[in-house]
Amino acid sequence: MKTNENLLEIRNLHTYFFTNKGTIKAVNGVDMEIQRGRTLGVVGESGSGKSITSFSILRLIEDPGDIVDGSIMFDGQELLDYTEDEMRAIRGNEISMIFQEPMTSLNPVLKIGEQLGEPLILHQGMDKKEAWARSIELLREVKIPEPEGVVHNYPHQLSGGMRQRVMIAMALACEPKLLIADEPTTALDVTIQAQIFNLMNDLKKKHNTAILFITHDLGAIAELADDVVVMYTGEAVEKAPVEILFSKISKFSHPYKEGLLKSIPKLNEEVEYLDQIDGSVPHPLNLPIGCRFAPRCKFATQKCIDEKPNLVEVEPNHLIRCFYPNKEQRDGK
Amino acid sequence: MSNNDKLSKEHEKIISPTRQIMEKFKHNKLAMAGFISFGLLLLVIVGAQAYIHLTNYDLANVDISQKYMKPSMQHLFGTDAQGRDLFLRVLAGGWISIQVGLLSTILSIVLGVSIGATAGFFGGKIDTLIMRGTEIVSSFPFLAIAMTISAIFMDLDAQLRLYLIIFILGFLRWTGLARMVRGQILSLREQEFIVATRALGISSFNQITKHLIPNVLTYVIVSGTLTFAGAILTESSLSYLGLSVTEPIPTWGRLISLSAKNAIVMTNYWWTWIFPGLALFILIMSINVIGEGLRDAVDPKSQYVTKEQRIRLKEKRKREKERQKRRKLAKAAM
Repeated sequence: MKTNENLLEIRNLHTYFFTNKGTIKAVNGVDMEIQRGRTLGVVGESGSGKSITSFSILRLIEDPGDIVDGSIMFDGQELLDYTEDEMRAIRGNEISMIFQEPMTSLNPVLKIGEQLGEPLILHQGMDKKEAWARSIELLREVKIPEPEGVVHNYPHQLSGGMRQRVMIAMALACEPKLLIADEPTTALDVTIQAQIFNLMNDLKKKHNTAILFITHDLGAIAELADDVVVMYTGEAVEKAPVEILFSKISKFSHPYKEGLLKSIPKLNEEVEYLDQIDGSVPHPLNLPIGCRFAPRCKFATQKCIDEKPNLVEVEPNHLIRCFYPNKEQRDGK
Repeated sequence: MSNNDKLSKEHEKIISPTRQIMEKFKHNKLAMAGFISFGLLLLVIVGAQAYIHLTNYDLANVDISQKYMKPSMQHLFGTDAQGRDLFLRVLAGGWISIQVGLLSTILSIVLGVSIGATAGFFGGKIDTLIMRGTEIVSSFPFLAIAMTISAIFMDLDAQLRLYLIIFILGFLRWTGLARMVRGQILSLREQEFIVATRALGISSFNQITKHLIPNVLTYVIVSGTLTFAGAILTESSLSYLGLSVTEPIPTWGRLISLSAKNAIVMTNYWWTWIFPGLALFILIMSINVIGEGLRDAVDPKSQYVTKEQRIRLKEKRKREKERQKRRKLAKAAM
């Protein structure tokens, strides 16, 4: 991975929320990079800071939150140095975002065409007519049947899958270099999910868009991502290309990811109980001193509780934050 | 295209939210009655205004020989103490009421929506500051202030006094609306579609005007109608006290107060107060009924019954009765 190929490069990002009860370190020193035309998947449980990372990229963190430290290089520019006005020109234009809830992400009182046209008028300087015509094209591109009719519709007249397609069309309106998809299919059923993934893959190939794909679904990651970052309590605990992360041959793995993988039901095995990771994510105000995962880890030693492990490259392109990344050694112990 | 397709197409009529509200309103009988009576009254008032302007009719024209005439074909509502035709005077008073109501409502809506939206959207310190200001304005004793201001500008020209009254009414009445709009926008701005507009790089101004205000517009219209009625009523009470527009321009409150000066006039010349009172009653009533109807129409939870549905329900009940009758007969036969 050469630095100059990266479209987005996040280094040592710290996003904190200053609440009355104390400082919540939602994102605590995350590094990640995305190359053009590739998909970076970010997995983690709720509260692992994956959404906050994406909001940080767009600089949409609102008071009492703030980006305290780090750098976000986008296309060779430092986003954290941009003014609010400059940032507005980036949002929806060069970086755009798809949200979790297609049901509530569209304005209920505006027609689909009006909403789709808005970023076009704003960023591309189109007039209303051009924007309207382009909206129809965009809807056709996301495979909505009869787009000429749908532009006149209101959001409540569309199904969830259609709305998510509209959201994708809106995000792609200005042909962004980077698309952030924050759990785009959580609210949709499985068949629609597959369609949306195919659509995103097609569009990625067609426009060479980089995608930052945020999810808690490892299956979705396997399907869509090229590289993966596993996050836990605001930190990256494992980073690898998708083939290595899911490969059975690789000797190295983080116990947290192992746990996540084991908790997925498998069709070809009959088990009475599904494996689960014991305990729950530690409270953000009360994080362990050592390894963040130690209290829930089967393999934790005194060293894990006292000292904090670093993200170490255990094999080429595979980084793990654990003192005992070797699966065989761990199991033998 | 198969027949089935065609059918589903026809049923899938695109109904915008506005259109839905209109449909619901149309099927509300009471609201429609109010709407029609308001429309007729407005038509007559505007017609009379046009007649006064076209014929240069002098509302101040005094003819003592015609004083206190009973209602007749010549003077539909009779005449007053100075022998002036009450029909035209009542309708001219209606023109003042409509003007005051409409313009002061527009003023209070503009103030209320923009102030409320600003407070709700920015929140925090701006919100606190604006809302405390709103509370101060809303705790002004309305009548006392209106009387004082009106008394200070007593010797102003009648037309200018009209604008002064409009300004006082509009300026003191925006607070309720501002509070409501602020509350709505506070909850709306946390919705995902507003976060989405931020992620699209849409400016704060456009977020407020294009995305937030259209979402509260229905509530604003409802509250606007009620403000409208309230403003007309307040103007009437001000003019009853002689603090609104002055002679020779007649107002409803003034007309009533002229006849209410002593008991003899009130008992013997009933037409001098009953007609302006009735006009005021009908106008306020119809506006309030329209407001209620709009409120029902805007509420997504309220259902409306169309004519066809009503007929179908009737038939259903009829069939049920027949069935029961038949069952009784069968039982008796057994």
